Amino acid sequence: MGIFSKPSFTSEKKRDVPEGLWQKCPSCSEVIHNLELIQNLLVCPKCQHHFNLAAGERILQLADPNSFTEHDADLISVDTLKFTGMASYIDRLKSYQKKTGLKDAVITGECKIHEHPVAIAVMDFSFIAATMGSVVGEKIARIIEHATRQRIPVIILSASGGARMYEGVLSLMQMAKTCGALALHSKARLPYISILTHPTTGGVSASFATVGDIIIAEPKAMVGFAGPRVIRETTHQDLPAGFQTSEFLEEHGLVDMIVARKQLRDTLGQLLSYIAPAR
Amino acid sequence: MKLQPLEFEKPIVELEEKLADLKRHSRANDINFDSEVQRMEGKIEETKRQIYENLTPWERVQIARHPARPYTLDYLQLSFSDFVELHGDRLFADDRAMPGGMAMLGGVKCVAIGHQKGRELKENIKRNFGCANPEGYRKALRLMRLAEKFGMPFVSLIDTPGAYPGIGSEERHISEAIAVNLREMMVLRVPTVAVVIGEGGSGGALGIGVADRVLMLENAYYSVISPEGCAAILWKHRKHAPEAAKALKLTASDLLSLGVIDEVVSEPQGGAHQNHSAAIENLKQAVARNLRELAKVPVEQLLTERYEKFRRIGEFGGG
Repeated sequence: MGIFSKPSFTSEKKRDVPEGLWQKCPSCSEVIHNLELIQNLLVCPKCQHHFNLAAGERILQLADPNSFTEHDADLISVDTLKFTGMASYIDRLKSYQKKTGLKDAVITGECKIHEHPVAIAVMDFSFIAATMGSVVGEKIARIIEHATRQRIPVIILSASGGARMYEGVLSLMQMAKTCGALALHSKARLPYISILTHPTTGGVSASFATVGDIIIAEPKAMVGFAGPRVIRETTHQDLPAGFQTSEFLEEHGLVDMIVARKQLRDTLGQLLSYIAPAR
Repeated sequence: MKLQPLEFEKPIVELEEKLADLKRHSRANDINFDSEVQRMEGKIEETKRQIYENLTPWERVQIARHPARPYTLDYLQLSFSDFVELHGDRLFADDRAMPGGMAMLGGVKCVAIGHQKGRELKENIKRNFGCANPEGYRKALRLMRLAEKFGMPFVSLIDTPGAYPGIGSEERHISEAIAVNLREMMVLRVPTVAVVIGEGGSGGALGIGVADRVLMLENAYYSVISPEGCAAILWKHRKHAPEAAKALKLTASDLLSLGVIDEVVSEPQGGAHQNHSAAIENLKQAVARNLRELAKVPVEQLLTERYEKFRRIGEFGGG
């Protein structure tokens, strides 16, 4: 062994991280004990990187204890177009259902936040990149319509890779469907708070995610319509630093505020105290 | 403009060349080939029928993108009359990729807007290849408001590969510009007709596409993603675009059966580019008829039916 060869035990990359006990922060490489990470709401204590959060977790963090009732939990995607690419749509759905324990990419329902009753929809990025197909569109449209009937606010936490290609133009039309439901909710003078989490892109960013009366972004979330690679290849330009981050959006006046996960529940409570309909 | 034949049209071109040869030969040598000529002409007709009646989705995509196809301004100037162009979104710029204004159609005063492509490089640069920036969608919204204020129906012509993926486009919030249109078109208190005349590219198309009646030209396509883009992601290579085009169900007849569009507008044989005046007349008749029908519907009913139509789209199981 030569004197200049690298001793392997200093290489951080090769260090064995026991599965399920420690997590490595993808942003600053800090190795964090799971318990600490969970206590910190899946935010890196060192660099404040916000890890992706399962939809169920988010609801637990935001809702008043035991106040959440799920709606339309049984809706499942079907392969209307009989889509067969490298893998069939049905196979993909099955594998994600098994992997995540979810039926599709959004959980919707009713809960209370600081005692304000609200309709809530939370997208889960771990299910086919939380792409929007018929089920996501339908569940979101239904919960908005429910909110309009009950005269309660709508809160949607978005995270999405965009439209679900496997459902072709049917997925595109969910953009019109969800925005239409929001139009009627808005006409009824009811508030809609949109929360953008990492990442919110494509057809979801170009529909319900960006028409909130108030728009909140999680720190450092990637939010944009087109992907950065597509933009670079189309324009042959270098992208500005921080392009398509929450901070970039705030600087350009496109979101109302950036709120860290720990403050989100209280911020929502405060906002609702201003704009939720009096009961 | 001499039409460049598409790949699948080569058999027709070859036969036409043979026919021309034959005629030339006949003239030069003063021989009567009439029966030959007639036979050849019959064969050409039959070949055309064979090809054009059995177009694959990918072949239709190529027709939809044909540079000689009538574009928005051709329709605005010829299907419509007395077109007055109105510029700008009053906020940032005038988007040349989306001209619009007021025009007459079948005796009805309308507000109309659409995506505009260019036929050659210089014009394409001006028109940004039919890819609108946020300004285009905000101009469309301004014109919708104008239509609503003065009680004129709103007509949109869709022909875009997609909204422009650029730095400025993101900085000025293309997502929001499209999303606001989706919301506002749903509650616009005048009759609305949208026609996909060429490419219906994803959110950029839908951004002016929420309407009481959505029409689509026979060879136009309307899709959540381009066949090439879909192939690159799901087949790992763009060369699989023909398969992707088939899988995406993006043709007018597919979308009619899925309930995404309301009517297919027929095109002259071989596509709208083969006969501009026929294409222009077809669009005029179809839009005028739809406007006449919508004019009879009370506005509240119009809004309910518009909402329900889009509300129904999508398929799922359970609940």
